[in-house]
Amino acid sequence: MDFALSIVEQGLIYGILALGVYITYKILDFPDLTVDGSFPLGAAVTAVLLKQGINPCFTLPLAFLAGAAAGVCTGLIHVKCKVRDLLSGIIMMTALYTVNLMVAGANNVPLFSKSTIFKNNFFKGIFGGTVPSYFSLVLILAVAAVSKICLDLYLQTRSGYLLRAVGDNELLVTSLAKDKGNVKILGLGISNGLVALSGSVFCQQQGVFDISSGTGAMVIGLASVIVGTSLYKLLTRLFGGKGSGFFKITTFVFAGAVLYKACTGIAIKYFAPKAMKMISAVFLLAVLIFVLVLERSEKKR
Amino acid sequence: MLELKNIYKYYNPGTVNEMCLFEDFQFMVQKGEFVSVVGSNGSGKTSMLNLICGSMQPDRGEILINNKPVTKIKEYKRLASIGRVYQNPALGTCPDMTILENMSMAEHKGKIFGLQRGTNRKKIPEYREQLAQLGLGLEDKMQVKVGALSGGQRQALSLLMSVMTPVEFLILDEHTAALDPKTADIIMQLTDRIVKEKKLTAIMVTHNLRYAAEYGDRLVMMHQGKAVMDMKGEKKQKVQIDDILGKFNEISIECGN
Repeated sequence: MDFALSIVEQGLIYGILALGVYITYKILDFPDLTVDGSFPLGAAVTAVLLKQGINPCFTLPLAFLAGAAAGVCTGLIHVKCKVRDLLSGIIMMTALYTVNLMVAGANNVPLFSKSTIFKNNFFKGIFGGTVPSYFSLVLILAVAAVSKICLDLYLQTRSGYLLRAVGDNELLVTSLAKDKGNVKILGLGISNGLVALSGSVFCQQQGVFDISSGTGAMVIGLASVIVGTSLYKLLTRLFGGKGSGFFKITTFVFAGAVLYKACTGIAIKYFAPKAMKMISAVFLLAVLIFVLVLERSEKKR
Repeated sequence: MLELKNIYKYYNPGTVNEMCLFEDFQFMVQKGEFVSVVGSNGSGKTSMLNLICGSMQPDRGEILINNKPVTKIKEYKRLASIGRVYQNPALGTCPDMTILENMSMAEHKGKIFGLQRGTNRKKIPEYREQLAQLGLGLEDKMQVKVGALSGGQRQALSLLMSVMTPVEFLILDEHTAALDPKTADIIMQLTDRIVKEKKLTAIMVTHNLRYAAEYGDRLVMMHQGKAVMDMKGEKKQKVQIDDILGKFNEISIECGN
């Protein structure tokens, strides 16, 4: 039971990251590797704030802002310096490693004794001493739901329309007398803000900041988005949903993240922990091949 | 009014492949004119449109819109007063968004795209009416993604979207070339109606000599970066396809084609 609980918890946390990756990978069509740096950036900012004894509530928006700033930098490198998308992300990711170390002050910052969003006097007061174990899940679910709903609402605004348009047809954005570069920078900012938010929740749940937590974050996000969108396509084909209400890709991105965590979680349980990254890679490959087969069968029909 | 003054443009400058596209090119379009531009491939028709819209910069020379120099003004800013329809129907719309969403965006062209609702529900009847005028049945497909429409339907929508805000100029870049003859006729008639109704200044590049003869009040033939034929008024109204074709053959022979 604890195992399942931790998988769902981590899946939902990585789901927030996957929301960010969804913006860049699916909407903007921008392979953004900044993620591997902005995820631990969110964690580093959180660790420092918690060490200062700041109210844990503030860690989430501040982590979001830090991540957004990193994303905006990637966007500026890409748009203003005209560096290729992949390279802009790599440059930013590399630079962020140092930034993260400087912010956190060490490779590893334990936060067990600090009060976090999960473990603080306020909740202890409500529950009378000990916070029940399921409560973390409720809290993570709340953060995930708020992120998802905000993103959904944003994508229905004029600004959100423009974001969708720039990935779809850049030329149209120019035709609308709007600077497509600015729209991309904004998109990268929001995306990496969500990624850093995910990193902040992750480090508070783990009770430790670790510089290596970002390694492979992009792969997790990408896998979740791909699993999520395939799941979405599969279900719309089976039940003919129209992507309205709750039945949206943004929901399925979370399902993808939980599924991904479950697969790797189970795999790690039966293999050595060393094998984790290998299992992640193989899982992603398997999903991609599955999607390809699915698409082919779709064409045949 | 639109003016290209002493335009110079070279491709691959400084290499053996250097090619002169425009050399001291002059072109002027009066307010309210509907200019049809014909000419062989590589004669500089589309490049001229690119210069006007700002997607290409001249090496030398000046571009004036209403007597104001715009040469240094960025493409996206210039397009605030210009509607442009491309040859490829896919370029004027967003395939992953619905007709309604596309139109909502087009209506806010040039304005601030903030956190207001993307689609104003009150506007739907108005959009529906505009779509109904196209006569392509699009008014019942407002929730359909534009990617699912045919080329002709998409081009009609592109055209409609390009003039939803009060633009001054309409730039048509072989906008019927990718369509079947019947759809092309529909789009062409629609274009003519829009230009007249909205009193736009329009420049239409086309390979269809019939359209060039039939529509517009001025005809220009481009050749090697120069306007070799320029007819207005009565002369233009009387022009026959054969006249244009004759001139066309003349310059082609000069080229050795």
